[in-house]
This record gives sequence, C-alpha cells and structure tokens, in this order.
Amino acid sequence: MKHKGRFGPFGGYYVPEVLIPALEEIESAFEQFRNDRRFLQELNTLFTDYAGRPTPLYHARRFSEVTGFPVYLKREDLLHGGAHKINNALGQGLLARYMGKSKLIAETGAGQHGLATAIVGALLGMETKIFMGFTDVARQNVNVRKMRLLGAEVIAVEGGTGTLKDAINEAFRYWTAHVEDTFYLFGTAGGPHPYPTIVRHFQSPIGQEARRQCLEKTGRLPDIVTACVGGGSNAIGIFSAFLDDPQVRLVGVEGGGKGLQTTQHCATLCRGRVGILHGARTYLLQDENGQIRDTECISAGLDYPGVGPEHAHLKETGRAEYVSVEDEEVLDTFFLFSKTEGILPALESTHALAWLCQQKGILPPETIVIANLSGRGDKDIDIVEHHRPLASRSL
Amino acid sequence: MNAYQACFSKLDRAALIPFFVIGDPSYDVSAELVKAAIDAGADILELGIPFSDPVADGPTIQKADLRALKAGMTPARAIEFIREITAYKPIPIGLLVYYNLLVQYGVNRFFEDFKQAGGTSVLVADLSIDDADEIIPSARRVGLETVFMATPNTPDGRLRFISEKTTGFIYAVSLLGTTGERAALSQTVRPFLSRLKRLTDKPICVGFGISSPEHAFEVAQAGADGVIIGSRIVKFIEENPENPARIKENITRFIRDVLDKLPPQSPKSRPSS
Ligand SMILES: Cc1ncc(COP(=O)(O)O)c(C=O)c1O
Repeated sequence: MKHKGRFGPFGGYYVPEVLIPALEEIESAFEQFRNDRRFLQELNTLFTDYAGRPTPLYHARRFSEVTGFPVYLKREDLLHGGAHKINNALGQGLLARYMGKSKLIAETGAGQHGLATAIVGALLGMETKIFMGFTDVARQNVNVRKMRLLGAEVIAVEGGTGTLKDAINEAFRYWTAHVEDTFYLFGTAGGPHPYPTIVRHFQSPIGQEARRQCLEKTGRLPDIVTACVGGGSNAIGIFSAFLDDPQVRLVGVEGGGKGLQTTQHCATLCRGRVGILHGARTYLLQDENGQIRDTECISAGLDYPGVGPEHAHLKETGRAEYVSVEDEEVLDTFFLFSKTEGILPALESTHALAWLCQQKGILPPETIVIANLSGRGDKDIDIVEHHRPLASRSL
Repeated sequence: MNAYQACFSKLDRAALIPFFVIGDPSYDVSAELVKAAIDAGADILELGIPFSDPVADGPTIQKADLRALKAGMTPARAIEFIREITAYKPIPIGLLVYYNLLVQYGVNRFFEDFKQAGGTSVLVADLSIDDADEIIPSARRVGLETVFMATPNTPDGRLRFISEKTTGFIYAVSLLGTTGERAALSQTVRPFLSRLKRLTDKPICVGFGISSPEHAFEVAQAGADGVIIGSRIVKFIEENPENPARIKENITRFIRDVLDKLPPQSPKSRPSS
C-alpha cells in the first residue's frame, strides 16, 4: 500500500492478508483516475444529468421560525435514489469499471446505499449483490423491493442482530472469496484504507456546493454545519469543505436511541472507546473485553457500532463536535418538519434536524445553520407509523 | 531452537494441528476436547479466542465463537484455559486472535500472560505484515513466536517480507476465502506451496478448508510441514451439542485417521534464522 490511510492515530487497514492486494489495487486505481480527464468528465456528467447535482441549498423558512434562527437545508434528498449515497456509488462504480471489474458488492443498513449501488450496477451493466442484515431487510422492505426490481440480488444476512455491522462482516467474507473479479463498493466513510478517503472524495461535492451556495445566498459562511453520523459519509462530505474555516462549527449528530444511559443507542463517538473493527482504528461501542456491542436505533442507517476514522480524528482534535438525539425526539421532529416544510426527511437526517430543535433559545437568532438533509423519508413511513400509529396522534 | 522447531525436527511426517475455539461449547467441555485431541496425537494446537465479529471465518467457526461467547469465554479466561492445557501436557500452542481483543487487553500485558501460561505463538487475523511492528517488539520481548498468514494472491515480494517477520511458521491459506469445510482441496494449494518453498526456508503449515484425511495427505504430500484442521474439527461440536462423549469420540477417531494417512517425510532441521 502506498499510503497508511491514517487520520492522526485513526484509520489504517486492519484486514486479513488476503484482502491487501485488492485494497492496493483500489488505492492505485483511485490515485490514477481521481484526476483523469475522461473519468472526471464522465463522473460529472453522471452527477449532473443522471443524479441531479448540484442540489439546492434551501432556506427552510417555516422550520426556521420553529428554531428561532435561519436553517438552510442541503437538499441531498432530491438526488436520484433519494439520498447522498448515489454520489459515492457513482464514483466508486465508475472506478470499478475503469479497473475492469465486472461485479459489484455492497453492504447496506437503511437500504439507501444498497439502492444506490443497485442503481449504479444497472446503469453500468454490472452484476450486483447487496448484503443486508435480516432486521433491516424487514424494516426497510421498500428499498429491498426496489433493489430487486433494479436487478440486484439482495442477500439477507443472518448473523448478530441483523443490522449494518453484520452486513459488512458478510460482505467482507464474500469479498475474500471473490476478490479477483469483484469490487466492494463500500458505503460509508469507514472501513479499511483507502475507503475513508475515497468516500470523502466522492461525497465532497456536498460541502463544496453548500459553501458556495451559502456565500451566494447570505454573503457569508454559515456559523454551524450539521449532519447526522452513521458511518459518517454524508457528514464528512459536507464538513470537508469547511475544515479550513475555523469559525464554522461542525456538529455531527449520532443516534441516541433509547438514551445514552442505556445500551440501546448507536452514539459511537459520544460513548465509544477506541479499538479496531472493519479495518479501521476508530471509536467503537464495545464491552470491557473488546467484543462489539449490539446497537439499537430507530434509524437503520445510523445503527452501527463504529464510525469513520476521520470523524474520530476530528473529535480528538476538537475540530468537530459530536452529540446525539434520542428516538422520541427524532419522531417528534419528523412530524413537525414534515408538516412545516412539506418534506418527509429520512430518519437519519432527522437526527440533525432534531438537534437544531434542541438549540431553540440557545443559539442566537442571527446564527446561520446549514443542515445536511441527507435523504428523503419515504423509506421510513412504515417505521414511523409503527411507532406512532395514526390513531394515537392528535393534530 | 523454539518449540515449533523442536516439534518439526522430531517428526517424520507433517505435524497435525487441530484448531479449536477456546470455550466452545463451554469451558469444561472445551478443555476436555482439547485434551482428547492431545491424547489422540495432535502435535501442535491452534486455539482461537472467540470474537463477536470474526470476518475471516466462515459459518462453522462463527457459530463456535457465538457458543463460546454465550458460555462466558473472555480473553482472561482463555489464558487460564491455556494454562490448564499446558499443565496437562506440554504442547506448542499457537493463538489466533482478532486484533481488537488484544488492543483492549493491552498487547504487552496479553503477551506476558499468554507466554506465562505456556503459549508459543500469536497470529492476529486482522493485522497484516505492514503493521506487524505494532506487536512484534512486544512478542520478542517475552519470547513469543510470530506467525503470519500468506495467501495465494500474496505477491512474491510480500511473501519474502512475511517470511522475514515470521519466527514460528508461515500459515499458508490454501484458498481465497474464509475458514470452512470444503468438499475438495483447492487447486491453488500445490502451486502456492511450491512458490512459497522457493521463497522461504521457514516451516509452512497449511490451513483453511482441509476437511478430510485425504486432504491432509495431499497437503503433506505437496510438502507442508504442518496441516491445520479447523472447521472440520469444530463441526463435530456443532453436530452433537448435547453429547460431549460423542464429540470426543469423533474427534479422537478423526485425528487418528488423519495421522494414519499422513505420508512419511524426513524430519526438518530448519535453520534457526
Ligand atoms: C439518508 C441517509 N442519511 C445518512 C445515512 C448514514 O450514513 P452516513 O453516516 O455514512 O452518511 C444513511 C445510511 O443509510 C442514509 O440512508
């Protein structure tokens, strides 16, 4: 490997030997093509004509009345597929094709990354397998059906609690046996080097656009940029453009589940300890012996006991701060936001919005905030209605 | 001469190395089974500490990890276990562990405790040769041997590097894939072994997918210094969860069958480089 893939002490590539040649191959292809004219042209055309970039930065006026300060939404929910995941899937998918690979595999939690990979697999004519935990297959069933319609094979993974961690384990195992012709299209800013760097790269248009759009619309930089953090890809995508603007506060919001005093949450940076999982040294939710803990969160896309290593570094250096909100607050915000803005937000993205609701009366009214609306909430209506049956809701 | 060299040099055949997950299905039964494997003629033991997320392992060993964890196995108890085994009979023990368990215990402290319990070598499943220096000084300090995996897709230059860092044996993975029983021996084993033998004079033990006395014979015939049998052994536990006596019988018989099958080889007197 040419680089160590470290973010301070975090990151690296802690994987079995058998995967090293495949990671090396991806690292060198990425170096070769990231600035290749033809690759860039093709990717940019896909971004604009196929996925729908640039996405708008929208001043959410009615929601801003609730919070008491102006909130601008980066509308990644408007992208094809309904989430930011398509940025990375197009980038890595194209890279896979330039490398001459014919097959794609991916893990998925909420199903958004699986869906994005299925879309790209169909678009580029590549055979696609998606690994998804059995719990997530059940709770994000609409996405499972979409992936199958797009021609992807969805494999329900039985191990553990049947969530994202188990899907990643199984995708790695499958990859081990098929490294020669298969490209593992990793879905978040975690995993072994070079994935955290590659995923940040392909998600960085979110931040670059948002920064420019904010300057155009408000004449200045935002005071706060906030995003939900599962593995951390939408967050690093938007944070990356503001890292050198020290006056901009970066706030990552994790899944507080049933509360940080319980073990039913996935607030890895808030409550985890440094360790090694899925190829990276990073914060993890684990027991005193280093066994990885089961997590729980209303949002499948955040339900993961690890986090991308660059976030671990941003936390350690103090450049970004990480907070959490609980399931009930997320549900409250989901209903409030849907009705005030006419947008169904993904439960993942709703975490960032819920944190903003908590800041009412705390942040001064002139504070300018950009929240990354990483995805739309259509996939979540069953979950939402299950937790708050229509009949039980007044209003 | 380290414990492995001593073992290889006195054998006139390939070493038989069964693998167990420590504490599968419980501490007591596991200890009984490992002792039975020693009595049946195992030359070296490969023992794994169960981990919640064993990405290098197929379904059989994943389930074994879960059984052992459910029964309360921890890294600290695994050390006790090893102490009990080496007290029963001195035998070289290679440990297979996922890195997070070492990091949480503390690499230095773990190696001291493991060595003290009579352990011989460590192999960290998810630590490649590129980062081996995170553990090598600690291992050398307490006198533990290091074992690293080599796979059929590892390029020559890297194999030489692996050989340099290895003081125990090279763990040659027979195929591209996870652990697990296979119907047939991988076609890649022979060419891979001859490539390895050209590049190193360290002992080479072959593992992954070796599921029958016939497989063991073929691997030994191809020149392996040791044959590691994991999932097939562990499967005997899965097949008879409620019947330790039957498991013991099956494992004993299997080990004897393999030993009967292994072809004669001249003893290795390896240079202790
Ligand atoms: C809409 C949406 N936002 C956020 C996430 C969390 O992932 P990440 O932290 O990588 O952005 C997901 C994951 O599935 C998602 O679907």
